[in-house]
Amino acid sequence: MGKTLAEKILSLKAGADAKSGDIVIANVDLVFLQDTTGPLVIKQFKESGLAAIAEPKKAAIFLDHAAPSPAQQISNDHVLLRHFARETNCHIYEVGNGICHQLVAEHFAKPGNIIVGADSHTVTAGGLCAFATGMGSTDIAIAMALGKTWFRVPETFLINLSGSFPKGVYAKDLILSLIGQLGTDGATYKALEFGGESLARLTMSERLTIANMVVEAGAKVGLFPSDEVTQSFLSAQGRGDGYKPLYPDADANYERIMSLNLASLEPMVSFPHTVDNVRPVSEAKGVKVQQVFIGTCTNGRLEDLALAANILKGKKRYSDTRLLVAPASQQVLLQAVEKGYIHSLVESGAVILPPGCAACLGLHQGVLADREACLSTANRNFKGRMGNPEAMIYLASPATAAASAIKGEITDPREVM
Amino acid sequence: MPETVLKGKAIKLGDDISTDDIIPGRFAHLRSNLPELSKHTFEDLIPNFGSRVNQGNFLVAGKNFGSGSSREHAPLVIKMSGIAAILAKSAARIFFRNAINQGLPVLLCDTAQINDGDELEIALTEGVITNLTSNARLTSTKMPSLMFAILKEGGLIPYIKKHKDFEL
Ligand code: SF4
Repeated sequence: MGKTLAEKILSLKAGADAKSGDIVIANVDLVFLQDTTGPLVIKQFKESGLAAIAEPKKAAIFLDHAAPSPAQQISNDHVLLRHFARETNCHIYEVGNGICHQLVAEHFAKPGNIIVGADSHTVTAGGLCAFATGMGSTDIAIAMALGKTWFRVPETFLINLSGSFPKGVYAKDLILSLIGQLGTDGATYKALEFGGESLARLTMSERLTIANMVVEAGAKVGLFPSDEVTQSFLSAQGRGDGYKPLYPDADANYERIMSLNLASLEPMVSFPHTVDNVRPVSEAKGVKVQQVFIGTCTNGRLEDLALAANILKGKKRYSDTRLLVAPASQQVLLQAVEKGYIHSLVESGAVILPPGCAACLGLHQGVLADREACLSTANRNFKGRMGNPEAMIYLASPATAAASAIKGEITDPREVM
Repeated sequence: MPETVLKGKAIKLGDDISTDDIIPGRFAHLRSNLPELSKHTFEDLIPNFGSRVNQGNFLVAGKNFGSGSSREHAPLVIKMSGIAAILAKSAARIFFRNAINQGLPVLLCDTAQINDGDELEIALTEGVITNLTSNARLTSTKMPSLMFAILKEGGLIPYIKKHKDFEL
């Protein structure tokens, strides 16, 4: 019997013939933490009695969730994390460098890697064919100390993609639509593997957007095969030597096979307060939004800012709608400046926030008021997520977000393109 | 895991309780101060949770308990509140692992058969739940033996202190 991508990667790394349902122990290629889960990682690391990080160059700390720090307690946490990095000689990415998952994609993830992070959206690196999954602080502390961790090899759902996106429809609409079909726990403990004839046309940015959100259906990983798209992304990042092709076997065993025709999709909106509460944008027509947020590890990449800038160019945001834009990394910000996207966005009335998580998790930079609504390009719309349980969060693509910023209400991007 | 048979009262919750419901992200600045952080447990979802829960109570939830973020503070503050175990129809993967790593048992079973206030007895080794109020018996899904070994030691830190490594 052949292997799925998840079985293949875990077999290679564990040196075993791993089948879904097995428990394996495997070395990790990268273990990382961020500023809100990190302090507990360090506490647990110290408590474990294990003296040092197994391989400091395979460990990284990202100061991204509350960066720059909005509160003295978090500033103290940042100091703790900086000290730890200095003591252990692991990597540290500073305030303003960007969101951990974007930086992992830019600088670390390679096909066939195993990556564990103290953040649920660690799955993002699955776009690069890395078996990447989120864990809690204790698991991460021990993975750091031992250089390995344990996994249950997941069963896999194959998502067969066919056709091309129609105008105004993007990777975000695809993954929202899929989560709507699966439900918030439809893929709990499973791997989602993407295949089909559309793959070759999906850019790395789109793959990262899709992989990023598989956890919203409960999945453990979201894996794309490693192909020419992977190779050209790695080369462009100066990491071409990390490339290797990686595909599932033709006779792999899937628990479930689903088909999705991209041509049949339309712009989608996730309504409050669960991500699977997904409806076509037409059903959200007229919903007033006081804030539009474009950014996050889901949709803060260059392609996303380009899309928004092209729609907003020469236009103004609606007077009563704030428009916040946070590039996912410093590299994204620099490229967006060079290409003129930042210029168009600022002229349209956008506030540019520093690369990082920004308004996504309700700590700072865009906390909503009571009864306000926000259209966000993020991955979660849980009650209270943006800092106020009395607020409403809608999720959509950067194009829908830009169109909605112009009209002040949720708008089909095809109306303004 | 000092006790293998637990007895207590059920506090019934709904489906899709997220880690933001358990401990909202806006309190991230308190994460290095657990006693302060734990005062906000379930703040947006269950007013006065702190005064409602008694030592040894069980949380009994529907599907997808603990969905969302990887914050281990979620099972931590639940444990600090005195909750002795969580029963759910299904639990989010990261939350499940985190709870076990903190020595907090999570049992997956058909929780529709449990009502708020029911008295339950849980035999952890067997994974059997007896509803003393209705006399119903439920069997929970077996967890991987490595996970059970971690739970038995009281969490991942005590497990690693003792074994120094994972043992299959
Ligand atoms: S951008 Fe949002 S979802 Fe992504 S890592 Fe940051 S807080 Fe989490």
